Amino acid sequence: MEDALIERIRAAHATGTPLIVQGGGSKGFYGNADEGEVLSTRALSGVVDYQPKELVLTARAGTPLAEIEALLAGHGQMLAFEPPHYGEFPLAGRPAVSGATTMRATLGGAIAAGLSGPRRPYAGAARDFVLGVRMIDGTGQPLGFGGRVIKNVAGYDVSRLMAGALGTLGVLTEVSLKVLPKPAAEISLQFELDEAGAIRRMNEWAGQPLPLSATSWHAGVLTVRLSGAASAVQAAQAKLGGEMMKDATGFWQRLRDQATPFFDKRPLWRLAVRPTAGPLGLGDAQWIEWGGAVRWLASDLPAAVLRDAARGCGGHATLFRGDAPPDGVFAPLAPPLLAVHRALKQRFDPRGILNRGRLYPDF
Amino acid sequence: MLSPAFVTRLRALLPPDAVLFEREDVVPFESDGLSAYRNTPDVVALPETEAQVAAVLRLCHAEQVAVVARGAGTGLAAGALPVDGAVLLVLAKLNRIKAIDPLARTAVVEPGVRNLAISEAAAPHGLYYAPDPSSQIACSIGGNVAENSGGVHCLKYGLTVHNVLKLRALTIAGEVLELGSDALDAPGYDLLALLTGSEGMLAVITEVTVKLLPRPERAQVVLAAFDDVARAGAAVGDIIAAGVIPAGLEMMDRLAIEAAEAFVHAGYPLAEALLLVEVDGVNEEVSDDIATVRQVLKAAGATEIRTAEDDAQRAKFWAGRKAAFPAVGRLAPDYYCMDGTIPRSQLPHVLTRIAAMSAEYGLAVANVFHAGDGNLHPLILFDANRPGELEKAETFGGRILELCVEVGGTITGEHGVGVEKIKQMCAQFASPELQRFHDVKAAFDPGRLLNPGKAVPELHRCAEWGAMHVSAGRLPHPELPRF
Repeated sequence: MEDALIERIRAAHATGTPLIVQGGGSKGFYGNADEGEVLSTRALSGVVDYQPKELVLTARAGTPLAEIEALLAGHGQMLAFEPPHYGEFPLAGRPAVSGATTMRATLGGAIAAGLSGPRRPYAGAARDFVLGVRMIDGTGQPLGFGGRVIKNVAGYDVSRLMAGALGTLGVLTEVSLKVLPKPAAEISLQFELDEAGAIRRMNEWAGQPLPLSATSWHAGVLTVRLSGAASAVQAAQAKLGGEMMKDATGFWQRLRDQATPFFDKRPLWRLAVRPTAGPLGLGDAQWIEWGGAVRWLASDLPAAVLRDAARGCGGHATLFRGDAPPDGVFAPLAPPLLAVHRALKQRFDPRGILNRGRLYPDF
Repeated sequence: MLSPAFVTRLRALLPPDAVLFEREDVVPFESDGLSAYRNTPDVVALPETEAQVAAVLRLCHAEQVAVVARGAGTGLAAGALPVDGAVLLVLAKLNRIKAIDPLARTAVVEPGVRNLAISEAAAPHGLYYAPDPSSQIACSIGGNVAENSGGVHCLKYGLTVHNVLKLRALTIAGEVLELGSDALDAPGYDLLALLTGSEGMLAVITEVTVKLLPRPERAQVVLAAFDDVARAGAAVGDIIAAGVIPAGLEMMDRLAIEAAEAFVHAGYPLAEALLLVEVDGVNEEVSDDIATVRQVLKAAGATEIRTAEDDAQRAKFWAGRKAAFPAVGRLAPDYYCMDGTIPRSQLPHVLTRIAAMSAEYGLAVANVFHAGDGNLHPLILFDANRPGELEKAETFGGRILELCVEVGGTITGEHGVGVEKIKQMCAQFASPELQRFHDVKAAFDPGRLLNPGKAVPELHRCAEWGAMHVSAGRLPHPELPRF
């Protein structure tokens, strides 16, 4: 199967034919529009190696995330970065999307998109758990970087570079990840709080030894998840107060997968900011996550206004869903950084055939 | 050799006394923490500001002069070994802590700030910087980023790459790169991750924003003795399988235990292997985890289990482990510290093979092991004054690293490649990967002026060294001519 992909990429490289790398297609909306023939990694499926005692899992890129998560759960472990699946679960209060079963999020897609879920500020991002990759670059050359051990500083960290590169530097064929034990207990607490108060609380609590594992603020309600030993979770609950939430698992899963009506709004912007940044004052259609470090905004304001606001708070704005602004969905890069990006792209994919334009319009 | 004219121009860019070129002034910079490799630098530049660093880089770029960046010089792979005809750019004077934001839990520091100084500055806010390489009292954060340094607490708290949020770095052309952000991610490729551990080959770091964590409420350590190394190794996996991620999980073998005991009298039981298991976190969680750990250790066949009941006892348990390197150093005139990582399940096999090689070379080995993350530090004892013994120790060490690769591990877990392990890179990577490493370098530094000759071997050198890793009957560099 890998050989077939190599052949296909070599041929496309020879003719300069653009390819769209696709796993389950669940994140096809993410990034700039690209064009070309679809190159599916779905057939590259299956867990290659999983040693619970080593905390390391290796699987082929097309393996469905759900399959990996079920395997891990059977051993009391998890992917701590809670990768979003998108589109797999029926939206709250609505029938399942038809064809949803064909849009199964894959491991390769999760790593290539580099997206992480609610646990990210407390446990780490997708890139933090990548230990190694096997990939095929834009010339059809198979390559392996990193490995299956937790500590490894031999050579440049090319495997982490692949996380979030949106397949523009190579097609992932296999990924090794660090996995973690699932917390023994998990509860979620809710507090009625205004935006400024909620942001302050999220940051204050993160600076204390509390077993925080997720935070959300929307429509005047701060929701906080606590994870760990049952005793620790109970002690933290006693300290924080608040109201215990029912169906918390479903709540965090829907937030992770943007399966609530709020996330149907377009255009939907993601503003990544310094977590302590106060209320942005850019409209009420807002959902705050990640301890204050991500502000989802449904806003028709001009891209420049939103980008300036995010930059002013030490971060950046992404048009997450909706029609791309003229300068692309991702915040433009400073010239010296853009030069390095172009040079890397040129080396890994000299004819620019892999996901052309997906990350930045000019490559 | 650099020309006097070049040195004059360099001196014009920096404050008086910030350029050293007299032999007695530059000799202290001839090696880093791996003193087996020495080379007297032509000239040492000690800038105090980012603007001065940029000026030095622009001059070197214009004149095509190579630059070797150096922090505190505590590295253990000769990564900061001076290169002939290059400027040794010492960043130790960029040592200001620029800001600590207790609410956002970040510190913005210059590269020359010592690792421990960050935690000291954050302590009044109940915060600290987690990665703690054993040299943390002296090593600088810029060097930590360059090496992606680890430490005793990596398994739970990660390496440097997991604890850095933002970098300012200068290209060899003197241009500023801002990587990462004050948020939790940045647009584009993850160059922050790429630069971390790049051993001064891609850019020169001038500012680091690190993540600070709340001090755990409580930390407690359990010590367990085993009459068999393999059994101790298996216990490590059992602890993890029980759902506990210890903050620290260290192992020592008999020779290391004996050396430590003779040196600091930590009161260790004399055994074939010792495990130190430290658990930290919320008070209640620590109690639960300690109970689990004790249970697992007992079931795994520990001959003795002790729990530190207070901070004094905890410090004593750790004293032997922390003094292990100097303690082993007392057993022989010299020792050579290796740094491979292996899948933990391979530990018994690897230790058996190391023991066999030890007999073969006639050199004793003490093993100290970050057992939680599989990072092995065999210490090879030798006497450099005996003709040929240093070479023998190096060959032996190289074979240990190749063994690590053979069992699915890596030649370096936390010390970096530098000059020391450059030959073993040929064993771990095949030509296409090494070529891509050179390509990454070229994307930042096409003239190959930053730390030339380190970390990534030239392809033809792999063939010359004959350091070939034959995997499944396939040579890794089939296209290269053999000599």
